[in-house]
Amino acid sequence: MGRRTAIIGTGQTRHCSKREDVNQMELVYEAATAALKDAEMTVKDIDAVVLANMELFEGRALPDMWCGEGAGAFMKHAFKISTGGTSGTSGAISGYYHVASGLFNTAMVVGFEKHSDGNTSAGMALTDPFWDRHIAAAAIGNFALSVSEYMADRGVTEEQSAKVAVKARRNACNNPHAHLQMPDLTVKEVLESPMLAYPVHRLEMCPQSDGACAIIYAGEELAKKKCSRPAWVRAAVTRHDHIYLGEVKNRLSTIRSLKEAARVAYKMVGIKEPLKEFDVAEIYDPLTYAEIAWYEALGFCKDREGGRLIDDGLTRMDGELPVNPSGGVISTNPVGASGTIRVAEGALQIHGKGGKRQVPDVNLVLVTGYGVYCWSDVMILSGRPD
Amino acid sequence: MSDRFKGMVLEGKLDLPFSYSAGRTASRFFIELRDHQRIMGKRCPRCNRVIVPAQLFCKECFTKTDDWVEVGPEGTLITFTVVYRKESHHPKDAPLAYGIIRLDGADTSLVHLLAETDVAQLQPGRRVRAVFSKKRIGHILDINHFEMA
Ligand SMILES: [Zn+2]
Repeated sequence: MGRRTAIIGTGQTRHCSKREDVNQMELVYEAATAALKDAEMTVKDIDAVVLANMELFEGRALPDMWCGEGAGAFMKHAFKISTGGTSGTSGAISGYYHVASGLFNTAMVVGFEKHSDGNTSAGMALTDPFWDRHIAAAAIGNFALSVSEYMADRGVTEEQSAKVAVKARRNACNNPHAHLQMPDLTVKEVLESPMLAYPVHRLEMCPQSDGACAIIYAGEELAKKKCSRPAWVRAAVTRHDHIYLGEVKNRLSTIRSLKEAARVAYKMVGIKEPLKEFDVAEIYDPLTYAEIAWYEALGFCKDREGGRLIDDGLTRMDGELPVNPSGGVISTNPVGASGTIRVAEGALQIHGKGGKRQVPDVNLVLVTGYGVYCWSDVMILSGRPD
Repeated sequence: MSDRFKGMVLEGKLDLPFSYSAGRTASRFFIELRDHQRIMGKRCPRCNRVIVPAQLFCKECFTKTDDWVEVGPEGTLITFTVVYRKESHHPKDAPLAYGIIRLDGADTSLVHLLAETDVAQLQPGRRVRAVFSKKRIGHILDINHFEMA
């Protein structure tokens, strides 16, 4: 397991569709300085820096070079992690490894994306040139493609999907950083929004946001000294599935990368009944249907019961297991930061700094990342080191 | 609010040409498609799966594939979508339908275009058939699309 390691600070920008007041490096700087302030540290206290970004989405390579200094990388150990949608969680896991290894006492991870600077559709098209690029290059159809299969397999309805969108955008109203805050959104409005790609409506998809998020890790001794309630990393697991859409079997129902990562992480911590044992979950929901599919894959319920979980309100703020008090990726999506935001929001709940989105008495938090066609990260954070 | 600030925005565009080598295995796949209108997979000697399009090695067993196997041209529609908005990298105008198709004899599936764009006609499990392009150049779009069988 390595040495005990905790998140002791987090920082986020205000995420929105276009931030013309900052360039990419300044966006990174905004999150990094917010996290340092939260942890009551200076950049001198940071031993290692990890950047997470989709890189090609901004039409610019080498984000660690062009933006690293915004995270205090000057004359430090610093590099980037780029694994698609999981970049932000993989970066967070990398930061954890740095400190847990004992080779670094602190590490700062900054995930960021400035969608408005680039062309996401072109970024998505820069995939394998021989097969999928010519058919399914753009993001919306690519996700939507898996939904009709999932609906047929698991009997999920479009009303249940729309309820996820309503929950997310209402939760987002309690999060001052969130992009889409819609207090009065209804199921009817979601289903009446334009259909982008069958069966997915516009309000069932994540937006594209400009934003950055930073987290700071410290080893046990420093974490206890600097933070009254550190968010200890209890498990961090990554699994990658195949790369072509046709090779991934039943992407949403099967999601074997997420199931396997969760199985291993739950075993590390001794989780047997995730719905009961976790106090809050921040899961990476690129669209509404995925959130329901992840409920099943993460063992919150049996297969085919994900829709009922949302019908019964078990994942609302006042439910058995609040899922995405932040509003989730459906409400805020600077891709390279989206995973880091899940980790930061999870840590925030343990730190007790959730403000209006704080869930009472949080001890055990589940965090997930989802990327590319079928890659998954799972982290478990806790108020207790073991 | 910070997002209301109107700053200078640099507009621009880059050329992005490429010349990717397909390698021996995919080259043969494309040649079979171009010259014989045959869709070819390769079998993994360890797990026995027929992988389509043909690949040099099985990623689950990390073993080189050996026998070439012709699959299709008919298959089963696994899942589908219809995209209603034109995007610059799409091969056709909206509405654009595509699906994941399990060709007969294959153990992996192929993402490809569907001629049918009426959702009522497209259901997982429907049978489909490859329609080859008249002019073939050694490209995945030498299969022009799949039609309902
Ligand atoms: Zn094999």
